[in-house]
Amino acid sequence: MTALAARLGGELRRVPIWVIWALGLLPLAWLIVRAGAGGLGVDPVKALEHQLGKLGLQFLLLGLAITPLRRLGLNLIRFRRAVGLIAFTYVLLHVAVWVFLDLQLRWSEIAADLTKRPYIILGMMGLTMLIPLAATSNDLSVRKMGAQRWRVLHRLTYGAALAGILHYVWLVKGWPAEPFIYLAVFGGLMALRFLGPRR
Amino acid sequence: MRLTWSDVTPKALFMSRRQWMTGAASIAALAAASRAAQAAVEDVPNSFEDITRYNNFYEFGYDKEDPYRNAGQLTIDPWAVVIDGLVEQPGTYDLADVLAGQPTEERIYRLRCVEGWSMVIPWLGFELGHLLRRVGVQPAAKFVAFETLLRPAEMPGQRTGLLDWPYREGLRIDEAMHPLTILASGLYGEELPRQNGAPLRLVVPWKYGFKSIKSIVRITLTEEMPPTTWNMMQPREYGFYANVNPKVDHPRWSQASERRIGAGFFAPRIPTQMFNGYAEEVADLYAGMDLRVNY
Ligand code: HEM
Repeated sequence: MTALAARLGGELRRVPIWVIWALGLLPLAWLIVRAGAGGLGVDPVKALEHQLGKLGLQFLLLGLAITPLRRLGLNLIRFRRAVGLIAFTYVLLHVAVWVFLDLQLRWSEIAADLTKRPYIILGMMGLTMLIPLAATSNDLSVRKMGAQRWRVLHRLTYGAALAGILHYVWLVKGWPAEPFIYLAVFGGLMALRFLGPRR
Repeated sequence: MRLTWSDVTPKALFMSRRQWMTGAASIAALAAASRAAQAAVEDVPNSFEDITRYNNFYEFGYDKEDPYRNAGQLTIDPWAVVIDGLVEQPGTYDLADVLAGQPTEERIYRLRCVEGWSMVIPWLGFELGHLLRRVGVQPAAKFVAFETLLRPAEMPGQRTGLLDWPYREGLRIDEAMHPLTILASGLYGEELPRQNGAPLRLVVPWKYGFKSIKSIVRITLTEEMPPTTWNMMQPREYGFYANVNPKVDHPRWSQASERRIGAGFFAPRIPTQMFNGYAEEVADLYAGMDLRVNY
């Protein structure tokens, strides 16, 4: 298992970062194609908003899976920054759909939502935490900050993912399973990271 | 006798004009124009596809398209409705008996969902009051309770803990007897599709959509205010009355405006009207009540 993972890791070392970007933006391309072809259903605005939010969350969790995977012998650390930036891209687009297509620039309602709705405030907390992370996800920032401080700052990722998930848990009606599956995956990843084998 | 579009649409709405956007509009132009159009969106019925592929009917799943996908398996014939409680002639009525002799008419109503979207729907139905008068309402009756079919074998959502099944709703007796309150059994002149609550559902156009309970199997007249599904789950968010009211926010959604589904990416956001635009007909029912408390 570990040997296999190491071999796989070795192969992956040769994969350039742009391939990760291309793969990561594939779901976006697919969304755009479906949107253009009228394939997003009766309410394409909500479909787009929801899909983008979910993709943001999925890439955030993917980023959080990289350290536990390394402990299991699969080293994908090279790709982590790209995965995080892809997550940020989806969250930004998600919020853009909310502002432009859902609330249609009705600023007083946008302001009311931002101050009154707990689920929006949670989402906004997630986005706010992601901004310094995205801004420092480049070589220059790592060098300037030093690896230690950079790593400390990037622990915000946990907070951002948790805020995003709680935002989701809060906004659903009734008790659908999906947001709780994300919460469970997040809990599992945290357990692996903090309780799992250390190397 | 069948009412036509002009019989059921308030005149002011009937005369206003909707501004149509062309597909090529830029986002900025869209926003500006939709603001201009706010005061004047005419109520054009949504397409059959809109109405039948975008449903909150959690018995068939959480996603809006789940009912369209999953409701086909529901057996709606035979169908019986228990009418009991404070009525003169309680009993289990076959659907045919419920419908027999009811003056069915087309009613084109706005539907406003608590989630902040709306549609316009041409129902086929009859006044609930007619049915209640036929079975005889006892003077002590103050409320009407409704229940949806409980049949997990055919309703996959009921095999999950999404809601506390069966779905329950209720009205005050004067709301139930109001001529705008109908039981619908058809849509666009055809039989009601299963995902829309076949074979028999309630439609109360001045209340948020969740009040208009689907696939009804029980109607009970009571003296006490009956428990209702969403209110039992989150009483702070879903009141018993649930009248459409742009001034009282749901804790999670502003109710000031709504997106009128149907124009794709350019579906305009429009201001929500008090009692969903039926204030003239129903405001009297709530005279003297504080609608902030009784939301
Ligand atoms: C870390 C940041 C965020 C993440 C991961 C995230 C993720 C999600 C997810 C997964 C959903 C549910 C999708 C579904 O139901 O299928 C969602 C819905 C939504 N999000 Fe976010 N979101 C974030 C930030 C924000 C922000 C900043 C806003 C607005 C200020 C926002 C506004 C919304 C809205 C309006 C919905 C739809 C609610 C509804 O339809 O009732 N989100 N988001």
